Amino acid sequence: MIRSVLPVLLALLTTQAAQAAGPAVDAGTRQPTNWTAIAMFVGFVVLTLIITAWAAKRTRSTKDFYSAGGKITGFQNGVAIAGDYMSAASFLGISALVYAWGYDGLIYSIGFLVGWPIIMFLMAEPLRNLGKFTFADVVSYRLSATPMRAMAATGTLVTVAFYLIAQMVGAGQLIELLFGLPYAYAVVIVGVLMILYVTFGGMIATTWVQIIKAGLLLAGATLMSVLVLATFNFDVNALLAKAIEVHPKHGAIMLPGPQVANPISAISLGTALMFGTAGLPHILMRFFTVKDAKEARKSVFWATTLIGYFYILTFIIGFGAIVLVSTNPQFLDASKQLLGGGNMAAVHLANAVGGNLMLGFISAVAFATILAVVSGLTLSGASAVSHDIYASVIRKGKVSDGSEIFVSKVTTVILGVVAIVLGIVFEKVNVAFMVGLAFAVAASANFPVLLLSMLWRGLTTWGAFIGGFVGLISAVALTVLSPGIWTAVLGLSNAPFPYTSPAIFTMPLSFLVCFVVSKLDNSRTAQRERLAFEAQYVRSQTGIGAEGAVVH
Amino acid sequence: MDDRTAARIRANPKFQLLERTRRGFGWTLTIVMLAIYYGFIALVAFFPAMIGQSVSGSITLGLVLGIAVILSAIVLTGVYVWRANGQFDELTREVVAENVRELELAR
Repeated sequence: MIRSVLPVLLALLTTQAAQAAGPAVDAGTRQPTNWTAIAMFVGFVVLTLIITAWAAKRTRSTKDFYSAGGKITGFQNGVAIAGDYMSAASFLGISALVYAWGYDGLIYSIGFLVGWPIIMFLMAEPLRNLGKFTFADVVSYRLSATPMRAMAATGTLVTVAFYLIAQMVGAGQLIELLFGLPYAYAVVIVGVLMILYVTFGGMIATTWVQIIKAGLLLAGATLMSVLVLATFNFDVNALLAKAIEVHPKHGAIMLPGPQVANPISAISLGTALMFGTAGLPHILMRFFTVKDAKEARKSVFWATTLIGYFYILTFIIGFGAIVLVSTNPQFLDASKQLLGGGNMAAVHLANAVGGNLMLGFISAVAFATILAVVSGLTLSGASAVSHDIYASVIRKGKVSDGSEIFVSKVTTVILGVVAIVLGIVFEKVNVAFMVGLAFAVAASANFPVLLLSMLWRGLTTWGAFIGGFVGLISAVALTVLSPGIWTAVLGLSNAPFPYTSPAIFTMPLSFLVCFVVSKLDNSRTAQRERLAFEAQYVRSQTGIGAEGAVVH
Repeated sequence: MDDRTAARIRANPKFQLLERTRRGFGWTLTIVMLAIYYGFIALVAFFPAMIGQSVSGSITLGLVLGIAVILSAIVLTGVYVWRANGQFDELTREVVAENVRELELAR
């Protein structure tokens, strides 16, 4: 059974690639306890707990808890969004992909980036102008609250669950490797810290933890890239030439490889990555932490810039690792594989260019990254339960701030415990498909309903409800029927659905069902909902009446 | 906002200008981004040999195009923010100012 080191890597990989890039990790490859890394990580934890204590004093209302009181600036929010997006998987996974296959790594990172401009052009402003705490606020703005919130909360929880399991399993495996701690300890540490950040500090703490971590990750990746380029006197050509010379595939690393050998798989995966981004609940939630549409736009611009810059760095880091790590026997085992598995390319490179101190720093940053990402995910899952299901559906909005926050904190603790248990139960599962599934569900269920509710007058509750669930169920079903689960997990032959990602089929299907059902729906409610679009549209375009907005 | 205020703002020529201009601009940029991305993926999927062509020494066409796609995403979002924070926000302010009385009453 192949067990990839980093779950998030899986988002990027087909089974065959995962097998190639992430050789089996067993207990025998655990690293010796790395005290430098542990010391730096403890430093990060202490700092973030101080921030959490500070944030706890400032978290009084639901608005503070879910959206940091709307007081985050555009730049700060852009850094936090970039932080949510630059998971340990992006950093270690993409550089590992470049290390193993060269050019394919760049193709994947581009797929992850190009969703951002689309979010900016079509969604950022109406989202900010219509929403309050969760994207369910937007889809239930003029549609019937109970079914829409139930649908959006389901989409949120399913997306968050798959993403969270992947992150927890990845965290456990990564920490086992980096720090030499047993897997279960690592999962428990991540779960407990995350519960502390979210329950005490809410969105304020979660955002600042994310900002600090993003700063550390960008600084670390920049430093490594500069050190790599300095080895070649900043001559990129010399770096590439040397990489081609020493890599076993030689010139082929500059060409598209097996990940994109099947055009339909390549396009389908690209579609899931691109539009899935626009349906990830923990990312959408960040749009409500800024005060208006203008700051929301600035957030997306900074996020796009930082993420794009970061992906260029991971490419340099991957090529640096080909040259400096693959040629150094210190980092390889007897069969010339990387010690600790393929995903460790960037970590070994840190050691190669900066010694033990740099190794400790990069390891600590990778751990901090996982911690920050799971906190954001958990907060978004908890808000779906407390704000959408408890406060809006069960209590019909008649609920005090205090009891809503209490429900949210209890949910956070439950989610944290569930995440720890699932992380331990799923230790051996191939998490690549969990992340792929999270993106496919986000692109096929959350994104179509959200986009149509904001932009299309004709959408009705029935159309959105049925279309959203068709997208959700078909994305999950086709993933189970794809080689990733059918062949690799269930051990059956001939997967009925041959492609890596279902999104190219399920996303258009969801749009189509939303459209057809809405067109057929001529109930009184549907007519009222179409009429209500006018007022919603004016607010979404001008921000008049928006949460936190001031009309002069 | 009540329906009458909404209808009034909807009929405002400046609102219509704002709405039309922004929608056109947003969709144009979306189509440009999609064309760039799917064009790149199509090149990778159907003409992989072109990706490996040398531009200068070991620097290949694929590398230059890949970086260009990343930069185009950043530039396009930058262009949108620049125009939205200037022209679109100015129009929004004017629409709000012209309807300030109704909005006050509606509150």
